[in-house]
Amino acid sequence: MTWKGKDMDTSKRNLYCNLAALCLLAVVLYLFDQYGTEYQIRILNNMAVFITLAVSYNLVNGMCGLLHLGPNAFITIGAYTSALLTMSPMEKQMSFIIEPLIWPFSVLQAPFFVSLIAGGVMATIFAFIISFPVFRVRGDYLAIVTLGFGEVIRVLCNALQGVTNGPLGLKGLQPYTNLWWSWGIAVFTIIVITKLVNSSYGRAMKAIREDEIAAKAMGVDPFRHLMLAFLVSAFFCGVAGGLMAHLITTISPTLFTFFLTFNLLIIIVVGGLGSTTGAVIGAALFAWGGEALRVVESPMNFGAFTIPGIPGMRMVLFSVILMVVIIFARRGIMGRNEFSWNWLFTKLGLNAK
Amino acid sequence: MSATIFFQQLSNGISLGSLYALVAIGYTMVYGILRLINFAHGDLLMVASYTAIYAVTMFSLPWYLSFPLAIALTGCIGILMDKVAYKPLRDAPRISLLISAIGASFLLENLALVIIGGIPKGFPRPEIFAKVIEILGVRVQVLTIYIPIMTLVFLMALLYIVYRTKVGKAMRAASKDIETTRLMGINVDRIIALTFLMGSSLAAAGGIMWALKYPQVNPFMGVIPGLKAFIAAVLGGIGDIIGAVVGGFVLGLGEILLVAFFPELAQYRDAFAFVLLILVLLFRPTGIMGEPITDKT
Repeated sequence: MTWKGKDMDTSKRNLYCNLAALCLLAVVLYLFDQYGTEYQIRILNNMAVFITLAVSYNLVNGMCGLLHLGPNAFITIGAYTSALLTMSPMEKQMSFIIEPLIWPFSVLQAPFFVSLIAGGVMATIFAFIISFPVFRVRGDYLAIVTLGFGEVIRVLCNALQGVTNGPLGLKGLQPYTNLWWSWGIAVFTIIVITKLVNSSYGRAMKAIREDEIAAKAMGVDPFRHLMLAFLVSAFFCGVAGGLMAHLITTISPTLFTFFLTFNLLIIIVVGGLGSTTGAVIGAALFAWGGEALRVVESPMNFGAFTIPGIPGMRMVLFSVILMVVIIFARRGIMGRNEFSWNWLFTKLGLNAK
Repeated sequence: MSATIFFQQLSNGISLGSLYALVAIGYTMVYGILRLINFAHGDLLMVASYTAIYAVTMFSLPWYLSFPLAIALTGCIGILMDKVAYKPLRDAPRISLLISAIGASFLLENLALVIIGGIPKGFPRPEIFAKVIEILGVRVQVLTIYIPIMTLVFLMALLYIVYRTKVGKAMRAASKDIETTRLMGINVDRIIALTFLMGSSLAAAGGIMWALKYPQVNPFMGVIPGLKAFIAAVLGGIGDIIGAVVGGFVLGLGEILLVAFFPELAQYRDAFAFVLLILVLLFRPTGIMGEPITDKT
């Protein structure tokens, strides 16, 4: 067999494996959709939304090596845009009691899918506008400027009552987000981001991460590549925001604080900065672990004595986990490695040498 | 706007500016040496306020004992924070250090939430700080006068240490070049610990005065003042102590006067600082007092 033939075989095999994995996922989702409890479905939905968020957030933080602390701004924009589009004009009139909704939103209504895309596009436009000041700076300054934008968006959400209904938020959204939407978008995000990372653009991003000056000397334009990563990430954050809005069905500015960014940061650090696989694992662990760790907040029985439940204990644990991982196991679960079928088959000893 | 109100607002702005300045100094000192934004710095305000509350209410200490005690304890917590969260990461990429700082900040906040609870506590305000006096027809709280004076005292002490003592010389050397400083036989770790002690103590003093001024103490009270103080430090040119003070005053006065002159913008007050930060970074990235950039990583 020629080298070329063998490569074709592996790539064909990988394709089949991917398809098989997708089918398996579909079957599992179908089973949960039919027989799962509401609680399980909720966790699965959360998991998918966090996977979408973490994978796209990781594109900027892990692949490009920028400490971007403002994804909550994009999520907010996506959530509000999408929510305003799916609500019917009647509902909007009912909820905006303090100040009526401004014109274009007050009459528009769109199907769920269109609203998600619109959320993503709005987030991307915003990201484009702020990218000019943001990319003037690097490192800690970039962190604080993006954090600042997140904060500004929160302030605007509270203040612009004609658009966001202020602190009251938007209530009674239709729960459109189901397993198929959330996981479909999660899978789509993973595919797009993986393709992007493995393309020449992705390699340029990694080159910028390793050494921006060297990358520049090689003819890579940092601004353009960082901007691309930033915009793609913002788009998916916006879409995920829309999913989130229609999952929780009530949104208000308090939902999208820096806290959300902090959670995403934990996810990608624990999963391994710069690994899409790691981001997926981290998000899944977070969504599941966040529920599992409720144990520490409920009263505990140690035979003779009882410890009363301490609300908030989970966040203490999360902070400790973040610090322990960053201090003692900086590479996280996956480091910068990715899962691949080749690796799996080699491990199983099935790969022809 | 009448002159009386204007002077009232001006004094408010000056006292708010002093608080920002006190906290900003800690940011700037740590940044100067470690090139680290100590995200947890703002939370020291909260730690100091709670310590002071418990010293007054549980151990019934008088305020003139409990406040210094709280400042000293917070200083020690600052050193502890350095030892636990930052020291193991001295050789790590900067992004790891920053993430560790965010972790430390959340840990402090949530520990306070778990141990003390989220309900705001009233700060026991000693009588002498609550008085209102009249100067030239302007009624002001004595506190608004004490705060700038205390800030000035602390600042003088700090400047004396940094510019007139041997330790201060070592600090300045470390902020220029840590490796060379080490080669000169200076125990850099001790200098860093001292920097954290001084920065944290100043933050603690700022926190207690903050709590005296706005007597509502909750686990997240330090977040926004901390962020704004950091912005003040950047405004003044980070790494520069005098710059941090100037930045603090600019920000504090700017915020108060913005609200005073344009009351309808009051709800955008928290965004003002960030907009200012973005403008400064765009047009003068090294801040008001900063020197031209010398790239050093």
